[in-house]
Amino acid sequence: MKETLLDDATLLADFETKIEAETKIEPRDWMPEAYRKHLIRQISQHAHSEVIGMQPEGNWITRAPSLRSKKILLAKIQDEGGHGLYLYSAAETLGVSRDQYIQWLHEGKAKYASVFNYPTLNWADIGAIGWLVDGAAITNQVSLQRASYGPYSRAMVRICKEESFHQRQGYEIMWKMMEGTKDQQRMAQDAINRWWWPALMMFGPHDSDSAHTGNAMKWKIKRETNDRLREKFINKTVPQAELIGLKVPDSNLKVSGTDSFGEPTYEHSDIDWEEFWQVVNGNGPCNQQRLEHHIKAHEEGAWVRECASAFLNNSNSLKG
Amino acid sequence: METGKRNYYLEIADNAHILSHRLAENCSRGPFLEEDLACTNVALDLIGLAESVYNEIARQSDETISGDDVAYRRDEVDYRNCLLVEQPNNDFAHLMARQFFIDTYHYYLFTELSVSSDTFLSALANKSLKEVTYHLKRSSEWMIRFGNGTDESKDRAQAAINKLWRYTDELFASDNSYSNQIGTGVYPDQDKLKKLWSQKVDEILFLAQLAKPTNKEFQLFGGKSGHHSEHFGHMLSDIQFLPNKYPEATW
Repeated sequence: MKETLLDDATLLADFETKIEAETKIEPRDWMPEAYRKHLIRQISQHAHSEVIGMQPEGNWITRAPSLRSKKILLAKIQDEGGHGLYLYSAAETLGVSRDQYIQWLHEGKAKYASVFNYPTLNWADIGAIGWLVDGAAITNQVSLQRASYGPYSRAMVRICKEESFHQRQGYEIMWKMMEGTKDQQRMAQDAINRWWWPALMMFGPHDSDSAHTGNAMKWKIKRETNDRLREKFINKTVPQAELIGLKVPDSNLKVSGTDSFGEPTYEHSDIDWEEFWQVVNGNGPCNQQRLEHHIKAHEEGAWVRECASAFLNNSNSLKG
Repeated sequence: METGKRNYYLEIADNAHILSHRLAENCSRGPFLEEDLACTNVALDLIGLAESVYNEIARQSDETISGDDVAYRRDEVDYRNCLLVEQPNNDFAHLMARQFFIDTYHYYLFTELSVSSDTFLSALANKSLKEVTYHLKRSSEWMIRFGNGTDESKDRAQAAINKLWRYTDELFASDNSYSNQIGTGVYPDQDKLKKLWSQKVDEILFLAQLAKPTNKEFQLFGGKSGHHSEHFGHMLSDIQFLPNKYPEATW
């Protein structure tokens, strides 16, 4: 068989041609090391976010106020865990095991979405997470369905379908509470007051300050910039808040014009970047708590995982 | 709704509701992600089962009440779940041993109820049987894995079985309010259920190489008549927190 050795320049040119032609890059394809590293960071961070995100919502499962709301919340958290599974699988195609990803998380070498470092303090927070946090996530993920890496983009297609349900159930909780008693309205307003800014922070730093945006855009891992996605989210969400009587906690918010569909666009305050970087760097209200919770569950489960492997080995040896 | 019938229905619903709650507490605490999701799945099946029965109790009630009213707005002494389902998760071996005991019970209970002359219960049983068959397969497999895995898994499983054993006889206790309907084609014979349950438990413990307690341990009863363990009040304070604090609110 004739073997052809290609030099890196040729391989890179082929890779870039594929990217240009919108052909998906698959796990067995050659890819630049920096592309692989970027994906390892981004997909694992995304997977960890899904899994750590189970905690703030899980905080209200035992206090869900009706059987229906409890079922929905359980199913939603289960979906998030399932997204974590798809994403760990996608990330494993890059040659790193799930165990390794989890170890990096525990060692503080891998991050997850900072938004989950805020606490859930009342039932409306469950609505606010679905509506605002999942709403912000979808805005980002819809564009990631077109990401150049095949396994990531395919995982996103499945995830987006479920996330749009999540967003609607979150909005339904908020809407019901705003239709309800004074106490419920107060909880709902308190929740948007606390979750609005963390949701906007989910899109990351301004494009000019984003370390990863340049390459990610060039390689079509990211398809739209942080600021552009953030504007889209604001434009979509402010009218939803107003419709049910919630006040967006931004005194500078006002209509600035209309987009190409004639829908309003908004002027708004800037994010408190000091808070943003503090939370990213581990100093948010719940960073330590979230990580400790994950480490504790993982350590307490070690004997179960060992038991399962030992049993499998014993069974295999019996089979000869 | 006649008292005996209501009590029998409540036992089924409260067992499923309270066990589902214990499993829900474990969410994000599983030993690995797949198993975390599996626990939530079982919790969802059980809450669905409970909801059907609560709704039926509400429908057959003389008052205008909802299934949620039945599920959430009772005093502790009016919950009729057995003590087993309210026992804390403790570790994964306790969670799974508890699950194995109740899954085995559910499997035979619903097999018998599937031919009950009570049409609601027979329909419920036929639907639930598919789910609990799967639950039992999963918890049985875990018991076998524990016993044939590592020394630690075997010790933990044995400790869990020993600790939970004293709550198992209550599964087969009958309340006076419905005991006249037992074995008449409405509700199954509890002695028969116990025999079937014991055979299955013996079989799985044999395969798992785990010891069955000698049954000389003092057996505890009370849940079915509303006298629960200390754990239960704390569970209810979580479950009932919002409905109690905001009785006028709908969610």
